[in-house]
Amino acid sequence: MSDLKAVPKAIAGPSNFLDERLGGANALKRNLRKIFPDHWSFLLGEIALYSFVILLLTGTFLTLWFKPSMMEIAYDGSYAPLKGVMMSEAYASSLEISFDVRGGLLIRQMHHWAALLFVAGMMVHMLRVFFTGAYRKPREINWIIGILLLTLALAEGLTGYSLPDDLLSGAGLRITEGVAISLPIVGTYITFFLFGGEYPGEDVISRFYSLHILLIPGILLALVTAHMVLMWVQKHTQMPGKGRTNKNVVGAPFYPAFMAKAGAYFLFTLAVVAGLATFAQINPIWLFGPYTPADISAGSQPDWYMGFLEGSLRLMPPWEINLFGTAQAGTLPLSVIIPALLPLGIIMTGLALYPFLERWVTGDNREHHVADRPRNNPHRTSIGMSAITFYGVLWLLGANDEIAANFHISLNWTTYAGRVLIFVAPALAYLITYRVCLGLQRSDQAIISHGVESGVIKRLPHGEFIEVHTPPSEDIEAHMRGKEAVPMLPVAEDPSGIPPKGMRGPVGKLRGRMSKAYGGEKIPLDDGHGHGHEEEHAAIGTGSGSGDDDRSITH
Amino acid sequence: MTDNEHEIEQPDERKPKRVIGTPAPGTSMLGAAEPEAADQDVPGVTLQDEAKARKAEKIVALCFAITFLAGIAFIISYVYFQVGSPDATGTSNLALGSSLTVAILALAIGIVVWTRQIMPKYALVQERHTMTSDEEDREVVADTFLRGANESGFVKRKLLRRTLLLAAAPLGLIPVVLLRDLDNNKMPGADFHKELRHTVWGQKNKEGKPLRLVVEGTGQPIRAADFNSPGGILSVVPEGYEHDLTALAKATLILIKFRPEEIKDGTNRNWTHDGIVAYSKICTHVGCPAALYEQNTHHILCPCHQSTFDAADGAKVIFGPAARPLPQLPITVDAEGYLVAQGDFKVPVGPSYWERGDAEAEAGMKGGQA
Repeated sequence: MSDLKAVPKAIAGPSNFLDERLGGANALKRNLRKIFPDHWSFLLGEIALYSFVILLLTGTFLTLWFKPSMMEIAYDGSYAPLKGVMMSEAYASSLEISFDVRGGLLIRQMHHWAALLFVAGMMVHMLRVFFTGAYRKPREINWIIGILLLTLALAEGLTGYSLPDDLLSGAGLRITEGVAISLPIVGTYITFFLFGGEYPGEDVISRFYSLHILLIPGILLALVTAHMVLMWVQKHTQMPGKGRTNKNVVGAPFYPAFMAKAGAYFLFTLAVVAGLATFAQINPIWLFGPYTPADISAGSQPDWYMGFLEGSLRLMPPWEINLFGTAQAGTLPLSVIIPALLPLGIIMTGLALYPFLERWVTGDNREHHVADRPRNNPHRTSIGMSAITFYGVLWLLGANDEIAANFHISLNWTTYAGRVLIFVAPALAYLITYRVCLGLQRSDQAIISHGVESGVIKRLPHGEFIEVHTPPSEDIEAHMRGKEAVPMLPVAEDPSGIPPKGMRGPVGKLRGRMSKAYGGEKIPLDDGHGHGHEEEHAAIGTGSGSGDDDRSITH
Repeated sequence: MTDNEHEIEQPDERKPKRVIGTPAPGTSMLGAAEPEAADQDVPGVTLQDEAKARKAEKIVALCFAITFLAGIAFIISYVYFQVGSPDATGTSNLALGSSLTVAILALAIGIVVWTRQIMPKYALVQERHTMTSDEEDREVVADTFLRGANESGFVKRKLLRRTLLLAAAPLGLIPVVLLRDLDNNKMPGADFHKELRHTVWGQKNKEGKPLRLVVEGTGQPIRAADFNSPGGILSVVPEGYEHDLTALAKATLILIKFRPEEIKDGTNRNWTHDGIVAYSKICTHVGCPAALYEQNTHHILCPCHQSTFDAADGAKVIFGPAARPLPQLPITVDAEGYLVAQGDFKVPVGPSYWERGDAEAEAGMKGGQA
């Protein structure tokens, strides 16, 4: 087979037809060979994107049989143990999808697994963007869109989880109601409007259904599109490396390489979801039975992404106050409001504000297209790890009954420990991460100024053994030299001790102090005594002298 | 050096010879004539070794062939394996799922081998431009905006501006107003919370007698004399409301029998019968059924968030996030010896809400539950 010499007629004809009507050649000229930089971590967001596509496809399949109705009927399907049991049409049709539709169980399980993967993909993608500083100017808007997407995905998961109307999904709905009704002033209104009256009523499944299959996915789709368009227009960030600057982008062209890679990656995601749905059972609703508010099974657990809320509810001490005396309205169930709103609020608000706070503290108003390595902005990385730990403790506590049962620990002590850890662990994570970042920066410094251990041991004429160091390879050195000091405000005081303008009031002073701590170069890459000397360093001592003496001989 | 910077000749009379966006014949790009010679001139595009590529092609072909076979296997499985029983569904799921997984996986692997071993290695460079527009463009836009704003008269004509804003205000409210009937009871919103104060235990049955306590699931009424296993726990619902989920969400009980000396002062003894105590099963935290009971310690445990209540002592909270005890239902026996409710709970059951107030303290002042 030889290469094409001209565009084949089958393609040329239609494209000519389209171009004469739409004039797409100009756009395609610029975009067909658009460059996409390569790094494993850039693929994480794609997992979320492809999971979303899988969710739309499998979800559409499920709607063909699912009946979003809470009408009580006697089950007449083929799952024998529940024959004749009274249940909602929603649950009966979920059973029908599972047992009476060929491939129904597979698609239902794929939908559930894809949902778990969707949120997981979004979260690791968000962490990648955070730790590499890829949210910085000009990408703040896309960052905010991402946070909206994550929030909506949680709502989408919550509404979808409730639809099968089995005992487990009902437990989730009951907790949702308990949280909603506890909200100050508007709580009873919200629950009555949501459920059409008192819980559970007969409306919530059909209402959640329209939210789950129309409203929220519609907004998600619009925001995902905006997310993609902005990424396309602003071009992807790249990791520091050889030939990569803030003014270019190095990588593979969209057509044909990136297109093929992305296609393959979609297929991998699909294959993983299909494999999980085949071999790993998820949400066996037929075992739980129909929902009734009178029953629950022990060890009920939400989907993983709701685990942190579950944990924070479990962690809370029993606080409740009555603002205006005993008889009046004004009851604040703090043991529900605080854990339901505070962690979520802290995390989401913190995420949304971070790019702007960082810009305020560093005074950095430049565009950034080269991503940071996490170690090179130690405070940001520490804040991120601290937040992960905060989330992680809550998440772990969401399964404290399982922990207590499997490790034979007192359940109460897991809660007590959690109440301490939720404050101590993030602080510890901050300190440890900060030290680790500086350590990694030092190791970069060592590689840049001393080279890499070559594994070759050389014996010198006077008997000393040294290991020969070689300079790092070009691309690794370029990767490390992509480091840039974290920008800092001009905080230096003038000779008479007056701080610069804008840093005089209490807020200004705080800003100046934060800038000083956050910014600056902690460990410079070239430590001064590096360049020019031979690339050989003492590996082991001569036996008598200390390391310092030995080094002085080799120099 | 990017491919996009190349000038692409656009002949005036375009013929359907050349697809949009692809290089004109003769330019040094992929797909052009004599690509091997040409591609070596393009920096950043490293061609694969032809021998290696030929080997890779065979692997890719094998992968695609597997996809073909697995795809057919899927269709055959769909026809062959029927569903129905859990076992049959399991087999069908395994056959469909594994053939689908293999088909997709082989396709994915094939494409990856194709990209990595047959397509060239790329390190192409494209220039970036700052996102900010040119100063001139910005000025033109600003001028256009001002001109349009002035031409429209929106700025100059106050009356127009103010009445437009006035007109918009109720329109914005309409979607909110339309949602008012989401609540099916059509009652004033301020009365919602009054619904939460009562359960069906306050009602009478058809014969005008107090509601009997019946066993959840079987619907059997409970003769007090028969319920004599100390330490036992029973899930109980009101007679006539066994399938009314909205009633059950508030009225479900747990029934526990104590030896008289076990009952502590937190429990109202007047509301018990022969050591039998009825508490609301609905947790006061967020409303899960508090379904677990530990006989030795008399602890009721909610499996959702582990609120723990002391059943012997008025179901007071001894651990976990619930702030209030499980309300106790006053019970007694009817003429036939069956357990019935004396009346409704004296305090609202279930999770707290804004209008609730400290109903326990209020009830205590009126001489109810301590």
